[in-house]
Amino acid sequence: MSVRRLSWRTIVVLVGSVGSTWLSTSAFGQGAGADEAAVTIDGEYGYGLPPDVSVHGHEIDRLINVLHLFGFITLVGWTAFMGFCLVRYRQRPGRGATYKPRIKPVHIYFVVFIAVFELILDIGFSNPVLATAKQKLPTEKDRPIHVRVMAEQFAWNFRYAGPDGRFGRVGPQHVDQVMNPFGVDPDDPNGEDDIVSGELHAAVGRPVLCQLSSKDVIHSFSIPVMRVKQDVIPGMRIPMWFEAASPGTYEIACAQLCGNNHYTMKALLVIHDSEQAYEEWLASKAASELDDEEFDEDEFED
Amino acid sequence: MSADVLPYTVKPHPITGLYSGKFGMWLFLASEVMLFGAFFSSYILLKFSAPSEGAAAWPTHDERHLSWVVAGANTLVLIISSVTMVMAWLSLKGNNLAKGRLFLGVTAALASLFLAFKIFLEYIPHWHEGYTTSHSVFFGLYYTMTGLHGLHVIGGILVMVYFIGPGSKLWRSDPEYYTNRIECTGLYWHFVDLVWIVLFPTLYLMN
Amino acid sequence: MSNEADHHLGFWRKYVFSTDHKVIGIQYTITSLVFLLFGFSLLMLMRWQLAYPGREIPILGKFLSESIAPGGVMLPEFYNSLGAMHGTIMVFLGVVPLGVGGFGNYFMPLQIGAPDMAFPKLNMLSYWVYAVGGLIMMTGFFVPGGAANSGWTAYPPLADIATLGQTVWLIGMVFLITSSLFGSVNFIVTIVHLRARGLTMFRLPFFVWAQFVTAFLLLLAMPPLEAAGILQLLDRVAGTSFFMPEGLVISGVHQVGAGGGSPILWQHLFWFLGHPEVYVLLLPAMGIVAEVIPANTRKPLFGYKSIVYSVLFLGFMSFIVWAHHMFLTGMGTTMSTFFATTTMIISLPSVVILTALALSLYKGAIRLTVPMLFALAFLPMLGIGGLTGLPLGLPASDIYLHDTYYVIGHFHYVVAPGIVFGLFAGIYHWYPKVTGRKMNETLGRIHFVLSFVFMNMVFMPMFFQGMAGVSRRLYDQTVYTHGSAVQDLTVLSSWGAWCLGLAQIPFILNFFLSIWKGKAVDANPWQATTLEWAAPSPPPHGNFVTQPVVHRGPYEYSVPDRSDDFFPQHALAES
Repeated sequence: MSVRRLSWRTIVVLVGSVGSTWLSTSAFGQGAGADEAAVTIDGEYGYGLPPDVSVHGHEIDRLINVLHLFGFITLVGWTAFMGFCLVRYRQRPGRGATYKPRIKPVHIYFVVFIAVFELILDIGFSNPVLATAKQKLPTEKDRPIHVRVMAEQFAWNFRYAGPDGRFGRVGPQHVDQVMNPFGVDPDDPNGEDDIVSGELHAAVGRPVLCQLSSKDVIHSFSIPVMRVKQDVIPGMRIPMWFEAASPGTYEIACAQLCGNNHYTMKALLVIHDSEQAYEEWLASKAASELDDEEFDEDEFED
Repeated sequence: MSADVLPYTVKPHPITGLYSGKFGMWLFLASEVMLFGAFFSSYILLKFSAPSEGAAAWPTHDERHLSWVVAGANTLVLIISSVTMVMAWLSLKGNNLAKGRLFLGVTAALASLFLAFKIFLEYIPHWHEGYTTSHSVFFGLYYTMTGLHGLHVIGGILVMVYFIGPGSKLWRSDPEYYTNRIECTGLYWHFVDLVWIVLFPTLYLMN
Repeated sequence: MSNEADHHLGFWRKYVFSTDHKVIGIQYTITSLVFLLFGFSLLMLMRWQLAYPGREIPILGKFLSESIAPGGVMLPEFYNSLGAMHGTIMVFLGVVPLGVGGFGNYFMPLQIGAPDMAFPKLNMLSYWVYAVGGLIMMTGFFVPGGAANSGWTAYPPLADIATLGQTVWLIGMVFLITSSLFGSVNFIVTIVHLRARGLTMFRLPFFVWAQFVTAFLLLLAMPPLEAAGILQLLDRVAGTSFFMPEGLVISGVHQVGAGGGSPILWQHLFWFLGHPEVYVLLLPAMGIVAEVIPANTRKPLFGYKSIVYSVLFLGFMSFIVWAHHMFLTGMGTTMSTFFATTTMIISLPSVVILTALALSLYKGAIRLTVPMLFALAFLPMLGIGGLTGLPLGLPASDIYLHDTYYVIGHFHYVVAPGIVFGLFAGIYHWYPKVTGRKMNETLGRIHFVLSFVFMNMVFMPMFFQGMAGVSRRLYDQTVYTHGSAVQDLTVLSSWGAWCLGLAQIPFILNFFLSIWKGKAVDANPWQATTLEWAAPSPPPHGNFVTQPVVHRGPYEYSVPDRSDDFFPQHALAES
């Protein structure tokens, strides 16, 4: 069961670094403080949109801002009209209502305006952004970082192809929750150098192309600072991509209720400031895997 | 009772041309269409999203081991029962309660025969051969859809038995009302028949 | 019309197993109000965990069982149960039965001048199936593992592998769906067949139109959910795998079974109901507001025909927008664009209706009665709900806002300050018809002002939380940095919820005390025009003393050259 698996991880983590994430996985609701002590999340967070560190996120922000500006103006106008009516046309002795007053067709203009506005938003704003997000997947020319993302209750696993650039075959029958969370086929030579990590690492200037899949239930892969989110559905492999504009450490969240500990299903996204730094991380990760260690000390030094 | 004073329980409404019961039955059937429609849509969606090979692949016609002979016989039984249902209604229209009840009885008997075939010649042998609900999505749907249809058949039988027995007292006070009720039962029964006529090729014949 | 025999009915036949639409309407109203209060209490409990994660629940915590809240601190599974049951109760056991079962049952036949519903026994059956369904839902709290905890949307595979409570939930849903099926058939036949003489379709009050469209939505949208419920039930109890794909590894265990199902199928079936369901919730409340506004502005509803055509169009369109709940399931951009476009189109009839209702205020003689206050608040609140629907209906902005608190804020603005205010307006408006007494104005105004303030205090912060990127259904959002940053908003929202609970006390007092202490009024205290006011208060069995005949449209207020400022539908013209 999930509880057992979590305690397994707890033991592994405890050996490596002194209990940095212990609270977040074992004590309900006490996680936040302990986690933040170990890892500093970059960026200023507040009531508005979180920082946008992606190359394309500003398009979504712009759409959201336009919509809210429009909504705010409409609502203010609407309320002002109602307020005016309430003050001006309160029932007073000696003055009745007007039966079917003649009015200028402002309401028709209003509805037509809304229709046109929505059409413009849909075709002019939403569709291009959607096309960028869903269809313009990075090609090999863009030198994307290929990552396989495997969601499970309640963790994210990330897999890199390793030096050979090929991912090993996977099968559910090979899954071992601790040693082989992806279920990489041990007989497939492509899989031997695959690098599995609990954090997503990438570099500024290189798009990240994730292939999302889930072991058990529906999850949703959400990186607020990258303005991306995609449901992860068991039985399907869904591509998703983003490109970071500035380095730092950020959070990845699960946005779809996936079970009791849904709220703990968090992972870190580390954006290295150069390709070189990313490659170094990858190399050290690969080396530590070859050492046949279950954990990697670097992982906890960020 | 207020029901007695409600208009259009027996006489048709001038605009819809239906008495309330018949109108209600048509509406009910509309929702039944949506219910079975949802199952058929699910069938199509699951069939086309199934992997092309492996354990979860959709079984081909031969892999289903469903005999069209029994099902075909059952189709015939249901079609005949639809005819006897109409005969029952026509007899009542012709003011003959005894004959109407007889045909209702025949319809109910045919419906029971359908169920007996279904259970003893199909469900039980299939289950013992290992084609259970958990065998595959196809068999899951097969049991679900035919089972739901079977429940509708049972419902129909219960209604018919009621109208042959205690329900027929209504004939003495208001024969037209009674006849209308049989007509509504008939509408329902034709629908149940129709569902089977779509189920039969979907599950047994199509590849 | 009333029959001598009716006076000899025993207690059980008269008040419990009654076939009188008015008794059934009252039964529905009381039951659904109790469920609303209960569903709201669940929410107040949840809000504690959200505001003060990991702290012991004050007072109540001591009474909760160790298995759900050890030491008074609720467990995530209990939190998820509360969330799922809150949604289910509010939607399926609270708002719909109140709007359709309660108001629809009581006032629709009165407004069309009918002695009763077309199928009185079916009506009774509908109520009792609903009541049993509700009870079954409640038993979920007592089974091992607690009540359903996979969200009110019950997405598989999570719901497929959830604890026993989910099975109970599914059985309860099948009952509720059956109940609304009976109800909807009855409503449609009644509206078409039992209208009073002279009451043509275009003389129907808008409330009746709203019920008519609602009934069609229930009739045609509920069966797919029933199908989905049956399939999920079989997945859980009969070993099928309709919603389970091949090769699942659940808690480290490879599921060796047939597989081959599709988790997306459930979402299609669920949202095929889910979206029409929004209008099932909304339309009765909108209908009530459309009754209250003309009566309190003393002038006809602006653009009656355009509203009616809009609501018909709305009903039709609501069947082809469902997948806008599923933009992130990996559907193609063509599909996304199609559903985004239909979503933009369906917003237009709502805009037309809201605009017409607001324009009805223009050049009126507005009385700020309690029902009018609620009806007036309904308009901008629903406006906020609608406008915040736009960013969710456009797939691009939905990428960011999907499954965040923004969604919660959006649909709660539609349902809580919107629809629930409409239903409150209905209670204050029609209370004199049911009891013969008015509810207390002062208590009503207190109830309104407090509810208005606290409703906004609960739901406005959610938009900011959502914008900050906080996912919904989190047991503890402070796990995330962006969640901790807006935790103070959560606290504000929670306090709003608890105060909102307190704000209902004047209403509850008013509701019960007015039965005996309220000001006794005549049959038509609001001087309204529609037919229900032609019947005595409370209406006797059979409703009308003399069967009314209708001569004109529903909202003939302030007709020029008349001494009264209202011209009832059944009144003969002055010669």
